[in-house]
Amino acid sequence: MENKKEKGLSVHTRRVVAYIVLVLVTIMCLFWFYVLFINATRSNSELNKGFTVIPSTHAVANFKNIIHGTQPIFTGLLNSFIIAALTALLCTYFSTLTAFAIFAYDFKLKKFIFAFILAIMMIPTQVTALGFLQLIRKIHLMDSFIPLIVPAIASPVVFFYLKQSMDSALPKELLESCRIDGAGEFRIFTQMAIPLMKPAISVQAIFSFVTSWNNYFTPALVLKSDNKKTLPILIAQLRSADFLKFDMGQVYMFIACSILPVVIVYLILSKNIVGGMTVGAVKG
Amino acid sequence: MKNKNAHVTGYNRWGYIFLIPFMVTFIVFQLIPLCSTIYNSFFEHFMNGLTEIGPNYVGIANYKAMFKGGDIWKYFGNTMIMWLMGFVPQILMSLLLASWFSNPSLRLKGKTFFQTVIYLPNLIMASAFAMLFFALFSDVGPVNSLLQNLGILKGTYQFLAHTSSARWLVALMNFIMWFGNTTILLLAGMLGIDTSLYEAAEVDGATSNQVFFKITLPILRPILIYVMITSLIGGLQMFDVPQILTNGTGQPTRTTMTLIMYLNKHLFSKNYGMGGALSVFLFVVTGILSFIIFKFNSKDD
Repeated sequence: MENKKEKGLSVHTRRVVAYIVLVLVTIMCLFWFYVLFINATRSNSELNKGFTVIPSTHAVANFKNIIHGTQPIFTGLLNSFIIAALTALLCTYFSTLTAFAIFAYDFKLKKFIFAFILAIMMIPTQVTALGFLQLIRKIHLMDSFIPLIVPAIASPVVFFYLKQSMDSALPKELLESCRIDGAGEFRIFTQMAIPLMKPAISVQAIFSFVTSWNNYFTPALVLKSDNKKTLPILIAQLRSADFLKFDMGQVYMFIACSILPVVIVYLILSKNIVGGMTVGAVKG
Repeated sequence: MKNKNAHVTGYNRWGYIFLIPFMVTFIVFQLIPLCSTIYNSFFEHFMNGLTEIGPNYVGIANYKAMFKGGDIWKYFGNTMIMWLMGFVPQILMSLLLASWFSNPSLRLKGKTFFQTVIYLPNLIMASAFAMLFFALFSDVGPVNSLLQNLGILKGTYQFLAHTSSARWLVALMNFIMWFGNTTILLLAGMLGIDTSLYEAAEVDGATSNQVFFKITLPILRPILIYVMITSLIGGLQMFDVPQILTNGTGQPTRTTMTLIMYLNKHLFSKNYGMGGALSVFLFVVTGILSFIIFKFNSKDD
């Protein structure tokens, strides 16, 4: 707090530089979305005239046009939502269960299994995609939502975050006292562990929802029929369609509709998300 | 915990029971596919039009063909170049921002707001973001019109027709999407540093640059290595952005084609042999990189 003017740049100057850079960085992050939402409100002919900073009045018209257009955006939104919501549900429930197994019990293979799950954490889904596709073709699950949802039961990353937060948020004495009261192990899990872990679980639920919502690689390989496609697949189709034939207002509106749900949820819950993502990411 | 009686060992079997769903799902949807992917890599098996060729056992012929053909090195190079072009600015910017956020003497206001903003792009659908960039940077798009209005460009600049600008676009998107994430990770590491170290340095009259390079960076080394290698693993998986931006072509002249885009082509054309060999290559490279993280982290404990 004392005056230390001899130390190179003064604190004041450095603070001003920091604010300038932060404002520029903010602009760099938000500029694209600003242009997106402006352009989503403009008609094709307005867009052809060039870029403006003020929104226009064609938002509703653009939205109506995509609903009646060739790309089934409503089924896309619905499919993406069903897959992402079920994925988040299965992923968090079973990851909590797995984390609880390692956290609460002492058994012979515990250390080995923990190390094993950490070791498989880095395997990219893409490298097993070939065998995965052959498998689901064999068991007739091609073009179904099941192979996109059920594998989320084994999510090593979510498991790891939850295990780390259990270490700090779930006292073992509490489990012990439940046992003395005669509660079964499964009841301890559902009525004790899950309620206490709720903050960490909800952060992970949001992350797994968003990851699934944004996922393009696997769904594009699995889903074939039009009424099952998710938003990223529809966006890829929009890209591969002949670009100049398109009403650009619709293209922008389409992108806005796929981004907006996540942005809204994020802005409501951002405090938990930004804080929650570092839990467990850094050791200790 | 120490007194082991019959009761204790009795309930501990629930540990195994609770692990069943994870293990079964992992074996069915990851382990078996991984094994069959490796198995496939030793067979000639592809579609020639509508006729299926193979599967015929060919040993390591697929690997030989893959490494000899040269395409894989080209795509490996593309992937690494585009990763580096995004990663270098990303780590520098993240270090700068995290050191500002964690510096109490700067007394920055609105930290929560700035952190919320820089993390936002990380949650955006990469394919939608790439489609947005494609529209914004297209020949008749707003960026071209803006640059022409400002007098920076004389005519239309075709961003996707030039190798460097196409790669810079991919790198820029990766940078915007990931620097917030890296900043938050580094910030958590910096906030964990014992403040008495800084106070001691201040007493000794160290400048803020000296504090950063002599105290902060060395202590952050494990986290920096973690960030670098996870980013490299993520970089090897680069797919959505260049795939959507270039419509899967990797234009111009396949200079933005990444390894996963190449794998995706094999998967769509049902070339199981070559797809398998490429998957195994990616698996091995990722495995080596993960092992390095593991080594560094365990040495630090």
